[in-house]
Amino acid sequence: MPINIVREDEELKQSLNITIIRRLLSYLKPYMGAVIRTLLLMAAVIVVELFNPYMMKLGIDKYIAEGDWKNLFLIGGVMIIVNIVAVVCSRLRMLIMGRVSNSILLTIRQQLYSHIQKLSFSFFDSRPTGKILARIIGDVNSLNDVFANSVTSLVPELVKISAVVVIMMLMNYRLGLVALATLPFMLVTFFFISTVSRKRWQTHRKKSSNLNAFTHEDFSGIRVVQSFAAEQETSSTFLQLCNEWRDSFVRAVRINDFFWPTVEMSWGIGSILVFWFGASMIGTGTITPGLLVAFTSYVSMFWQPIMNISNFYNQLVTNMSGAERIFEILDIDPDIKDRQDAKPLPEIKGDVSFRNVTFGYDEGQQVLKDVSFDVSAGQTIALVGSTGAGKTTVANLISRFYEVTSGEVLIDGYNVNDVTLESLRSQIGVMPQDTFLFSTTIMENIRYGKLDATDEEVIEAAKAVSAHEFIMKFEKGYDTEVNERGTRLSAGQRQLIAFARALLADPRILILDEATASIDTHTERLVQQGIKKLLEGRTSFVIAHRLSTIRNADRIMVVEEGGIVESGTHEELIKLKGQYYNLYTSQFKFLNDEGEAS
Amino acid sequence: MKRLLKLIAKRWVTYTLGFVALVSAIVLDMYNPYYFGEIIDRVIMNGELAYMRTALLALAVITFGRAVLGYAKEYMFDISSSKVIVDLRKKLFDHIQRLSFTFFDKNNTGELMSRIKEDTDNIMHAICYGIMLTLEQIIYFVVAAVILFIINWKLALISLLTMPLIEYVVIKLERQVGMQYEKISDQRAALNTTAQENIAGVRVVKAFGREKHEILKFLRQNEENYKINYDLVKSFAKYNPMIEFLSNLVLVFVITAGGYLVIGEEMSLGTLVAFSNYIWMLIWPLRMMGWLSSVVAQCVASVKKIDKLFEEEPDIKNCPEPKMPEKICGHVEFRDVCFDYDGVSVLKDINIDAKPGATIAIMGMTGAGKSTLINLIGRYYDCTSGSVFFDGIGVKEMDLAELRRNVSVVMQDTFLFSDTIEANIKFGAGEVSDEVFMAACRDAMVEEFVSQMPEGYRTVIGERGIGLSGGQKQRISIARALVRDAKVLIMDDSTSALDMETEHAIQRAMDRRKGFTCFIIAHRVSAVKNADEILYFEDGRIVERGTHEELLRLRGRYYETYREQYRDYVEALEKEVV
Repeated sequence: MPINIVREDEELKQSLNITIIRRLLSYLKPYMGAVIRTLLLMAAVIVVELFNPYMMKLGIDKYIAEGDWKNLFLIGGVMIIVNIVAVVCSRLRMLIMGRVSNSILLTIRQQLYSHIQKLSFSFFDSRPTGKILARIIGDVNSLNDVFANSVTSLVPELVKISAVVVIMMLMNYRLGLVALATLPFMLVTFFFISTVSRKRWQTHRKKSSNLNAFTHEDFSGIRVVQSFAAEQETSSTFLQLCNEWRDSFVRAVRINDFFWPTVEMSWGIGSILVFWFGASMIGTGTITPGLLVAFTSYVSMFWQPIMNISNFYNQLVTNMSGAERIFEILDIDPDIKDRQDAKPLPEIKGDVSFRNVTFGYDEGQQVLKDVSFDVSAGQTIALVGSTGAGKTTVANLISRFYEVTSGEVLIDGYNVNDVTLESLRSQIGVMPQDTFLFSTTIMENIRYGKLDATDEEVIEAAKAVSAHEFIMKFEKGYDTEVNERGTRLSAGQRQLIAFARALLADPRILILDEATASIDTHTERLVQQGIKKLLEGRTSFVIAHRLSTIRNADRIMVVEEGGIVESGTHEELIKLKGQYYNLYTSQFKFLNDEGEAS
Repeated sequence: MKRLLKLIAKRWVTYTLGFVALVSAIVLDMYNPYYFGEIIDRVIMNGELAYMRTALLALAVITFGRAVLGYAKEYMFDISSSKVIVDLRKKLFDHIQRLSFTFFDKNNTGELMSRIKEDTDNIMHAICYGIMLTLEQIIYFVVAAVILFIINWKLALISLLTMPLIEYVVIKLERQVGMQYEKISDQRAALNTTAQENIAGVRVVKAFGREKHEILKFLRQNEENYKINYDLVKSFAKYNPMIEFLSNLVLVFVITAGGYLVIGEEMSLGTLVAFSNYIWMLIWPLRMMGWLSSVVAQCVASVKKIDKLFEEEPDIKNCPEPKMPEKICGHVEFRDVCFDYDGVSVLKDINIDAKPGATIAIMGMTGAGKSTLINLIGRYYDCTSGSVFFDGIGVKEMDLAELRRNVSVVMQDTFLFSDTIEANIKFGAGEVSDEVFMAACRDAMVEEFVSQMPEGYRTVIGERGIGLSGGQKQRISIARALVRDAKVLIMDDSTSALDMETEHAIQRAMDRRKGFTCFIIAHRVSAVKNADEILYFEDGRIVERGTHEELLRLRGRYYETYREQYRDYVEALEKEVV
């Protein structure tokens, strides 16, 4: 998958309006009962709305004209009571619809989030975090109004419109047709506006997403920005993205703002036409003046709901691109998922075998070429080799973070592709190279390895990696809040916490990818002593550059250019006088090399 | 709030244009019923067909005019408000960028993103539709009130009786939803933070198979979000129907009080009819008040959140009258430096004199204060007591940007941007000549692996350098520091993921470059042994210092590390001696 960068717009498949709308509507299905109740309540409110002017008219025309006191106040009283009923009804309606639309948002957001959890690394690798966030937060929020107004404005207004149309047609169908004459014009214009503006809103959402991604990256990397005094540069990029965001907005509204004028024009011209034809019909004696007057009042009763529906349609068009972006992610099938016939991996001993494994992150670029090896349970395997040789990749394939292109990875004889991901990964403890801690307490961070671990177990694990000592030096000890990415701790301390977390998981297979790279040799030795017992009987893969870290491994594998070129114990490899020997002796060579300058 | 108003005032031209269009549209709107009435009365009822043409033409002009003005109005408000928001965002972004590391240590990226995006979006809603509709409704209301007073002032007064009550309800609503919007804004930030962390830490989540746990964690936030939003709905459901009821009550007043006046022959029936026609113009704005006040409340809540950010002052401020050394040589001096963080002493009595061109190596236990020490040079934190001097001038008296431009740092946490490799290396360096660029890439051993990539330096790397190995990322960040050719170079454990050969090659290249003062933090003896002075840190103090040979002779911590790393070699040497 090509990598999308911050400033670049995401690619998005265009889907049909109707598919999106249907999909959105499907979320209403579980709430049909509530929808019907809402409609009934709305009907009650509408009746009151119509009742008010009628009562006014009745009061004025009849009772006031007749000077009928009693009935006039009666009308006043009735109006108050009826309106109180309306208050109760609209209150209930708002509560029900508010619950429905917020529940739907909750569902969509949760669905989206859960789905994203299932996606593979390639998904996350190919797009900036800020853009994924934009979909979970911004795009979902944009649907709020759509659901809130879908039922409340669409259905009742449609009812009103149909009623008025029927009445107009019954009064005089020819005049009725005239009154509707501008409707096709309006619909065609709407269609045109919405096709163009939808694309533009989509662009706007993309720009908005770019902005989000940039802000995210800039604030995550603020230390780099400030240390390179690059604030002005990033600030001007931000301004540029803001302006792109604004331009895309202006481009969208330039078309979108035609919505209202179109309705107004259709309404105005429609009325003019009615007068024009109506007058001539009076001239020919087809209709009476009274009918025309009554008819014109229905014309405005017809356009009022049309305005409301247009408003809703406008909202829908504006926010449809949000829905589109959500559905796009929901439709991504994770590359790596449980096979249909996947079985849970039973409790393992920890044998690991690679059989002719070939793998590349991108097509055409092979990182591992035909790699085979067998590791029996309980062994400690060290992977050494130059940067980029494929050491981390070997580790990634064991946990099935990526899938082999060809060949197979076996654990206790089970192909990792045939077992469920959860059962596989829960038995493997990984300490990734890039230490990541969550912004919570140290205690909770370590506990992440085993969610039901007691405090004692957590402390035990911390002690094993000699983290206990420095943790206790903090005023709040294990309850010290660690900030995002653990910026308040030193890199070595963060590694120790991540190490404790991996140990606590009590895995049969442990993968330590430069787990101690930022730790001083003194502490490292303490760690090694501390975990010696814990590692007994576990298979562990250790990736390291400090040879002192790995010399005690049961087997050292030298990875070069995507293949394992040497394999054996420290002593065996030294005797072999090959790559490892060179690596090993070079450190002494470097030690005695006084450098050119000094 | 003041800040926002100023930004709005800056866009007064387009706002005024929008306002003019709005008023003109309303004026035209007033003519509409007049011509309607005329057509009905004169043409239809009285058969003045000659008038028909004029009236319809007038109606057509009005319709067209309203359409054009309506478009102009919306468009003007749209462009003005979007300009204001760009200004506001830029201001906020620049402000946040100026804040110190201590601020970022304590605030989550997710929250900051939410402020810059969601909160400004809310404000935009208010300063576009909010202002537009408020103005419109106010004009309608005033016009209607004036007309009603002209028709019959007594009845007009009576119909306005409910106004104070409505006002009261609106104020209550505004106060309540205002608080709720603040909560929503915070909850949204929390939601953003949770999701942001989850995605940034997806490797850990997947490695531990914790997807379900994360989904549950999010569900809690999501449900909280639902709850707060539903609370908001409850407030609306409580107050909005009440506002509608009170505005409908006006009708009851008109009909009963009006009836009383008519029956008492203080007013004609015709006047009452006219009055009741105009009363709707008064009621609609009243009904809108609930909605409008909620828009205002939401805007105010977001402005409050943003203002709070604006109130944050950077701990590290530029000196008002910065001094600059006459010649920048890269002489760095620590004099009696102490540093406390969160009340905990991190560095104690540090004295270092790094002469121009010297290499100072720093070793020591995890958390001993090594990174903190070098953070004081580029003034990412200020020391609690003592001073750091750059070419004889205290860093606090120097221009911050100038200082940092002369101190190049390779950070421990390699952070790369999702961009091309070239853009990453040239980040913040301004114009870089090809020679300088290529030299930096060669010296940092970047050339070695990039030349094998099909797209070379134009290869796009993912966020945080995804797609590259740990060592490759470190090499790029070294090149990024070298390209700037600063007089002081700081390497914070920046070769830990490199194999020894590459590390050695980079060291050799650095030796060739020279001409800059270098601070190296490392754990491997091979990386530090050629330094002019090696400092061994423990608990924020320098416990051993000297050259490689001196420290070996000392047989202390450094020697212990050395022995551990070169066990065979040392043992062999010792055997030889024996």
